[in-house]
Amino acid sequence: MIKFFLMVNKQGQTRLSRYYEHVEIPKRTMLEAEVIKNCLSRSKEQCSFIEYKDFKLVYRQYAALFIVVGINETENEMAVYELIHNFVEVLDRYFSRVSELDVSFSVLPRIHLSFFVFLFLTACSIVWQTFKIMFNLDRVHIILDEMVLNGCIVETNKNRILAPLLVLDKMAES
Amino acid sequence: MPAVSKGDGMRGLAVFISDIRNCKSKEAEIKRINKELANIRSKFKGDKALDGYSKKKYVCKLLFIFLLGHDIDFGHMEAVNLLSSNRYTEKQIGYLFISVLVNSNSELIRLINNAIKNDLASRNPTFMGLALHCIANVGSREMAEAFAGEIPKILVAGDTMDSVKQSAALCLLRLYRTSPDFVPMGDWTSRVVHLLNDQHLGVVTAATSLITTLAQKNPEEFKTSVSLAVSRLSRIVTSASTDLQDYTYYFVPAPWLSVKLLRLLQCYPPPEDAAVRGRLTECLETILNKAQEPPKSKKVQHSNAKNAVLFEAISLIIHHDSEPNLLVRACNQLGQFLQHRETNLRYLALESMCTLASSEFSHEAVKTHIETVINALKTERDVSVRQRAVDLLYAMCDRSNAQQIVAEMLNYLETADYSIREEIVLKVAILAEKYAVDYTWYVDTILNLIRIAGDYVSEEVWYRVIQIVINRDDVQGYAAKTVFEALQAPACHENLVKVGGYILGEFGNLIAGDPRSSPLIQFNLLHSKFHLCSVPTRALLLSTYIKFVNLFPEIKTTIQDVLRSDSQLKNADVELQQRAVEYLRLSTIASTDILATVLEEMPPFPERESSILAKLKKKKGPGTVTDLEDIKKERNSDMNGGTESTPVNASTASTPSPSADLLGLGAAPVTSSAPPPSSTGSLLVDVFSDSASVVAPLAPGSEDNFARFVCKNNGVLFENQLLQIGLKSEFRQNLGRMFIFYGNKTSTQFLNFTPTLICSDELKSNILDLTEPLDMQIAVYALITVCQMHK
Repeated sequence: MIKFFLMVNKQGQTRLSRYYEHVEIPKRTMLEAEVIKNCLSRSKEQCSFIEYKDFKLVYRQYAALFIVVGINETENEMAVYELIHNFVEVLDRYFSRVSELDVSFSVLPRIHLSFFVFLFLTACSIVWQTFKIMFNLDRVHIILDEMVLNGCIVETNKNRILAPLLVLDKMAES
Repeated sequence: MPAVSKGDGMRGLAVFISDIRNCKSKEAEIKRINKELANIRSKFKGDKALDGYSKKKYVCKLLFIFLLGHDIDFGHMEAVNLLSSNRYTEKQIGYLFISVLVNSNSELIRLINNAIKNDLASRNPTFMGLALHCIANVGSREMAEAFAGEIPKILVAGDTMDSVKQSAALCLLRLYRTSPDFVPMGDWTSRVVHLLNDQHLGVVTAATSLITTLAQKNPEEFKTSVSLAVSRLSRIVTSASTDLQDYTYYFVPAPWLSVKLLRLLQCYPPPEDAAVRGRLTECLETILNKAQEPPKSKKVQHSNAKNAVLFEAISLIIHHDSEPNLLVRACNQLGQFLQHRETNLRYLALESMCTLASSEFSHEAVKTHIETVINALKTERDVSVRQRAVDLLYAMCDRSNAQQIVAEMLNYLETADYSIREEIVLKVAILAEKYAVDYTWYVDTILNLIRIAGDYVSEEVWYRVIQIVINRDDVQGYAAKTVFEALQAPACHENLVKVGGYILGEFGNLIAGDPRSSPLIQFNLLHSKFHLCSVPTRALLLSTYIKFVNLFPEIKTTIQDVLRSDSQLKNADVELQQRAVEYLRLSTIASTDILATVLEEMPPFPERESSILAKLKKKKGPGTVTDLEDIKKERNSDMNGGTESTPVNASTASTPSPSADLLGLGAAPVTSSAPPPSSTGSLLVDVFSDSASVVAPLAPGSEDNFARFVCKNNGVLFENQLLQIGLKSEFRQNLGRMFIFYGNKTSTQFLNFTPTLICSDELKSNILDLTEPLDMQIAVYALITVCQMHK
């Protein structure tokens, strides 16, 4: 099962944290600090799975933001690795939709970009979205809750994940 | 930075967040937060009731502050109030607050449970969904108690909406995990299995997670899920990419669901039904085939998702272990990944191959990749990848490649991470022993180990090498020579001194003929290290010196001078002093015959299971090592067993450890709970019985006390909260007398307290058993007089 889901930036500030089993508050800060330390010391040639204590960390870096997921041995590491990316894509789709600014990057592969440009754009858009994430933390939590429940992956279909949120927005506007 | 706010306002929150972001320092941030907390506190305590919107705003702010890392100790009541509101937005914030800030405040739990109950009963799917989410993420025992009956009903009811079903499934999973006793199996189990056929793939995903956990505890109930899972899986895998629409991720159909279904199948053995088995094999072959096809997209996400499914499929193939051609194909596929560009894939391939190596069908196939693995060990930048490579080398080792693998592992050890050295040392020791055809190689390997990583060589390892050297005559001379040469290095590790001291003490005579290793030179060599060593090593060296007195009478006076010196005779450590004094005396008064008898060469150790393996199992956990043991058992015909007894002339071990059962008592783990007080009196009698079969179950915790009586006559035999049993015994020639004291530790009287003595037939004894009726509140004693004590 997934033990926790963290979004931490390079300075060690936690932008998002969700724990699926009970962890004391002081322990959480310690854990987050250690985890980010582990991730920052990795280089490009090293793999994205770290063995930490008695479970594993799967991390993915998007520019200055690290998304780290702690899993135990019942989860498939590669699947969780892609889950992270799926999550990022959902966020991107949701927030780009309401972007009031001219710049808007879409992560959907309608435009065929080469791999590195794609990653760069994703990174940029994520940094941009970080601002929006902070202001809409409750929404981000809702999205995460739709995808992962009680440590298990429950929904990966982007449309279905975003459906309740869109309804919510519509209700709020009216 | 203009705040992007949602339609429902909460500009106050946005402003607050901007303020926090603009704070230049930690103190400024804390100040701002405290200001806000004070504001919210006053608003909550205020006279006029807050409207829903404000409440929501403040609770949201509190949530945000909490997520920044500050503890929140108020606001829970307001959040619970929000739960009962009818507006979705407010309810939702309330639930979010509750599930993030789990508290064990009993009053609030009741209120929360009430609110949840109401929401569950309302037929509104959104409210039900929220409530279920909350239970799934919090899932405390009280909640389990309250809701465990209802959730299965919601789950299998026909009219529940799909999204609610999803949440209900995982909710049930949570409750089952925390309080399995509240979730009994019922007729809902078969309906849950049918959820696997549902249209909505989200429901299928949730149901699969639920069934996977439940099936591990109750496999019989969920057996029918296997065929359903297989058919579902084959439908997904063979579907065209347009079929599953949104569940297709970068041209891979429903990867996460496939992974889950494969994992569910790993809970069960291969299906007996031939049709199902055939379908499953087909399915797995399709997955393997797809891996070989050219990728449909250049994106890394596509290959990652495809590979996630592939690795899980390979896991399943390994788990079933029944189709040789699938296994070989899997092995080849993994072999390709071993040299892939991406580190992730190499890591996962190495890990999978480790499990593959223990299967008999694919063991040979795995061995063909040995060069690649050794290369990986040398060139990988990532320490966890290197670690996997080491594990794989250990798993694939057998007689043909043992020497090569051990050499590589020793090479790696020199530069390995400190945290993993001990494990590698244990592994090398085990491999060297198992596959040694020529024991000189084994001795070399262990001595190398000590030289390279002496600190991490635990006691079991060097005890073993000494046991083996003693048990095998052919290697004794070689060992003595090698150890002598190794000791000549300027800085040698203390473990080497221990091993060297012991071996030279036993077999130094074998090399004494050579002028370079004459007795005096041996003694000087050892003595030069003497002052650098810790107390246990020095104790061992003193024993070696007295052995030298026996072996080499010509240097007797030199050794006696050393023993006579004040630093030995008046040594602060009691053990050293005692040894020095006694050895000195022994050397002066004993005749050569007696000396020779006392210091005779050590007899061979009896065959026992290696304790190194036990230690490795303890370190790694049961999974990895037991496979190795089962497969390789038949090749252990010439393996020597050995006990953990210290090579030095130590007294019999007084603290029992799993392998040091010198008394031949059953060392089986004690599973029985504490027996009634009356039978503990019989334990002592068992000490003197040789039959290992008639061993009364030991009360837990008394094993230590029990074994102490080998050397002592008095003491406490057993103690718990009610009773203390003490023992006092005296022996004179062939008569023995034991007093057993039963001390009543409670303040109430024992009624009908009868101690019973159970003894085996071998102990033919006259027992005068005096039992006094228990009228004293404090203690009672029983006297047993036994004649004809066995020694």
